[in-house]
Amino acid sequence: MNTKTHWIPLCGKDDLIPGSGVCALVDNRQIALFYLPEDDQVYAIDNHDPIGGANVMSRGIVGSVGDEPVVASPLYKQHFSLVDGRCLEDDEVRLATWQVSLDDELLLIDPTPR
Amino acid sequence: MNKTKLILIGNGMVGHQFLQSLAESGESARFDVTVFCEEPRLAYDRVHLSEYFAGKSAEDLAMGQPAQYAEWGFNVLLNEKAVAIDRNRQLVTSDKGTELPYDRIVLATGSYPFVPPVPGHEREHCLVYRTIEDLESIKTSAANGKTGVVVGGGLLGLEAAKALRDLGLETHVVEFAPRLMAVQLDDAGGKVLRDKIEELGVRVHTGKNTQQIVDGDNAVHRMEFADGESLETDLILFSAGIRPRDELARSAGLEIGERGGIVIDNDCLTSDKHIFAIGECALWNGRIFGLVAPGYSMAKVAVAQLLGEDSQFLGADMSTKLKLMGVDVASIGDAHGHSAGSRSYTYLDENHGVYKKIVVDDGGKQLLGAILVGDAEDYGTLLQYALNGIELPEFPDSLILPQRGGDAKPALGVSALPESAQICSCHDVTKGAICQAIESGCSDVAGVKTATKAGTGCGGCAALLTNVVNHELEARGVAVSKDICEHFPYTRQELYHLVRVDQIKSFDELLHKHGKGKGCDICKPTVGSILASCWNEYVLKKPHVGLQDTNDTFLANMQKDGTYSVVPRVAGGEITPDKLIVLGQVAKKYNLYTKITGGQRVDLFGARLEQLPLIWQELVDAGFETGHAYGKSVRTVKSCVGSTWCRYGVDDSVGLAIDIENRYKGLRAPHKLKFAVSGCTRECAEAQSKDVGIIATENGWNLYLCGNGGMKPRHADLFATDLDRDTLIRYIDRFLMFYIKTGDRLQRTSVWMDNLEGGLDYLRQVVIEDSLGIGGELEAQMQQVIGTYECEWKKTLEDPEALKRFRPFVNADATDDNVVFVMERDQIRPASPAEKAAGKAEPIKLVS
Ligand SMILES: Cc1cc2nc3c(=O)[nH]c(=O)nc-3n(C[C@H](O)[C@H](O)[C@H](O)COP(=O)(O)OP(=O)(O)OC[C@H]3O[C@@H](n4cnc5c(N)ncnc54)[C@H](O)[C@@H]3O)c2cc1C
Ligand code: HEM
Ligand code: SF4
Ligand code: SF4
Ligand code: FES
Repeated sequence: MNTKTHWIPLCGKDDLIPGSGVCALVDNRQIALFYLPEDDQVYAIDNHDPIGGANVMSRGIVGSVGDEPVVASPLYKQHFSLVDGRCLEDDEVRLATWQVSLDDELLLIDPTPR
Repeated sequence: MNKTKLILIGNGMVGHQFLQSLAESGESARFDVTVFCEEPRLAYDRVHLSEYFAGKSAEDLAMGQPAQYAEWGFNVLLNEKAVAIDRNRQLVTSDKGTELPYDRIVLATGSYPFVPPVPGHEREHCLVYRTIEDLESIKTSAANGKTGVVVGGGLLGLEAAKALRDLGLETHVVEFAPRLMAVQLDDAGGKVLRDKIEELGVRVHTGKNTQQIVDGDNAVHRMEFADGESLETDLILFSAGIRPRDELARSAGLEIGERGGIVIDNDCLTSDKHIFAIGECALWNGRIFGLVAPGYSMAKVAVAQLLGEDSQFLGADMSTKLKLMGVDVASIGDAHGHSAGSRSYTYLDENHGVYKKIVVDDGGKQLLGAILVGDAEDYGTLLQYALNGIELPEFPDSLILPQRGGDAKPALGVSALPESAQICSCHDVTKGAICQAIESGCSDVAGVKTATKAGTGCGGCAALLTNVVNHELEARGVAVSKDICEHFPYTRQELYHLVRVDQIKSFDELLHKHGKGKGCDICKPTVGSILASCWNEYVLKKPHVGLQDTNDTFLANMQKDGTYSVVPRVAGGEITPDKLIVLGQVAKKYNLYTKITGGQRVDLFGARLEQLPLIWQELVDAGFETGHAYGKSVRTVKSCVGSTWCRYGVDDSVGLAIDIENRYKGLRAPHKLKFAVSGCTRECAEAQSKDVGIIATENGWNLYLCGNGGMKPRHADLFATDLDRDTLIRYIDRFLMFYIKTGDRLQRTSVWMDNLEGGLDYLRQVVIEDSLGIGGELEAQMQQVIGTYECEWKKTLEDPEALKRFRPFVNADATDDNVVFVMERDQIRPASPAEKAAGKAEPIKLVS
């Protein structure tokens, strides 16, 4: 495992929408960002919905299943874990996730997927 | 201890299962495992191979992962084919010259597609359908062709036909037998399936014996049939059955069946006790099993045998249920009624393309087999009857006859199922295992699904699974929950009540007071809708943003490629030429696909997120308002032209329709609401198929309520007659608010009314006689919603914060490069995955 994290600045905290998603472009990859103000956490997950075949994950509804924060695809409503990208309805499907960190008003990302 | 030298030949689905079972047994360290894998990649999911065309990559389909195999300690020789087994010296030789000694061998060599030896079969663009490489060849061939023929009308052939059709080819299926799916279906079933498939644009030719394939005049090939007819095509796909790959076993002198297949016994051993054979290459009791589940069972048996455990393969059930081109087809057990003394019942509905047949034993007590085409909803229940020998009801045909009127189908008492009954065949989950999951703490269907995996494969068992779980929970005294989701222990109606009574204005407030967790895609939009129905605040106001489905968030309907449609309101379907010209100009400027909807307005498709505000700015400037096509809300009021122009009209249907649409526009409800107004009894506006239908009479207006179209069309009921305008509006106000107050999530008015105790009469009492004394309150609540209406798009365009949401990326000025269009009938349409892959499609032109 690579233990060194290479942070680059991505956007401002005010670009994020509390309780909802936006999309960012990093190395030509679309990354969905969700900001959950209750836990002051930001999650970064692949914007491509592999089941619907479109770049739409950032436009899904966030919520929780048990204790796990999830986002529901806006196309066919499958749930994906915001923590590890796992699809809750289909073991075979998993979205890439990235490490992000809120540094005061700035959001940082490690551009290598976890 | 010396390790056993184990060689696996073939790393397909079954070979992979074998390795996985061996690793999971925890005993794999006893073996030194080498795998010969002929294909250039590790095992992948052949069952879902067709999804490769739908955009799945080889990686998505992969089952075996190199890292995983390494972790298990198995040595894999990729791209290397075993070519000889020397049983005397116990050596396996490969095509690359590798020579390896063995103690035990497992053959999992699968099968190959049979290509009938007609002259010309080896021509270019004559292909088969089994591996990822095959699919790549098909894609390449299809990109240059117009027509495609699948030879063989079995399960696989029809799946292949769908793939060709999806690749944009004019598709034909040529079958030698007189019907489709000859193995599973009888003549009547085959005919229904054929009609359905032809409706989908695939031409079916049965009873055709191909004599030769030669150069075509207008296409690459011409296929000439024995009856003198011929068919021209650019691509031919053979899917005429599979043959076991037994060549290696054959040359090693193992016993082979008369028509191929490596003979195995119940231990999955071949005629040489050092060698196993499993999967599609194996012949057990004279049978080849061409499905994965039996192969998986064999793999598990072979592992157990290697570990010295007692386990046997005793055959497998070959019942299947599939969706072929969207047509449900299922076959169970002795579908053809070959058993002595068996009798059958059949049901044929040519109008809807449904065929059902059950085969019962001579006493009429046991179900032996079944065929279902066009409607396979009964599959789960029938399969349980057949597999578990459950006694049939008095009139077995009641199991397949449609339900009409009062007589419900005899429910399969799930309590009648034995513990051993298999409920989910994909994951081999029995009723016993489900009970166990419940015993150990699962308290709902979702919990049981996670614990047992039941219902997570094809999904075919979902209804039965829910039945079993609920039954078992009830038997244990657990109340089956009607809560809307895990975050709120309430129904929608109860939530509505809480919001009204506590004057709750935001989701967070409701969640804090009455719920738990973070909410989800079920409760958030439901609460968003309730808040809008009650207080009618701007839906993109900060606290409400995260509650909305994407359609509500971006005030437009998301289409399959992630673009949106734009639907301005055209009240009553009346529009001035000038406004119509504006729509045309905007559509042209932004290159939007333009279509007239059934709701008498115009849809503009293909707008990217960032174009929506630009488009709407132009529309709002020209006086348009949002049409709320995206919301669970009032959609349109359709109208006929009415007495103003029509020779027969008795009142002004258009005028009333416009007034009603403007009155209720934007009203959010448990589900969408549709209205229509006709100017006389000829009913040109089809008002009786709407939630609210109004028809002019000589003496006023007749009001019809609770109709709908769609999957289960229902005529509206005549609610009141000869109403004057004020009374009409008052009744509609009360009706709508009462529905919003008491309806369930996503419950349309028809179902809602059917569930009201007392039905239509009760509704009349509440609305007309005000039996609950809430008439005034309902009207006042409606007045509040009407009084606070504002066009959401107008409001959004004035709000820079809200507009920020329409940026595609927060950190870059770019567009989504996955949105690609092609031209069809002079307009854009989304490119199919195949077109994207073949580079046929042009990236869209930017307009801003
Ligand atoms: C398009 C399609 C759809 C299907 N749909 C379904 C379905 O819905 N349900 C269902 O149950 N089944 C379905 N099947 C059938 C299912 O895929 C097979 O039953 C299953 O793949 C059989 O597994 P297997 O391991 O026996 O054979 P395979 O998966 O064919 O694997 C055999 C492997 O062995 C390799 N091999 C052969 N000889 C050698 C050698 N000498 N040396 C090294 N390697 C060798 C082959 O290259 C191959 O990779 C479908 C099949 C196809 C093609
Ligand atoms: C599950 C069922 C349904 C879904 C998911 C669905 C979806 C949709 C969507 C998304 C639109 C808007 C299209 C757009 O503008 O982008 C639409 C419009 C429409 N639908 Fe449906 N629909 C369903 C059922 C029905 C039924 C049952 C009917 C009729 C009987 C129907 C008739 C229409 C009509 C007439 C329009 C155009 C309305 C307008 O102009 O706003 N739909 N539907
Ligand atoms: S419903 Fe009557 S008034 Fe309306 S268009 Fe038809 S015939 Fe004319
Ligand atoms: S009927 Fe409705 S849901 Fe179905 S394809 Fe047409 S628009 Fe879409
Ligand atoms: S039978 Fe396929 S998921 Fe249960």
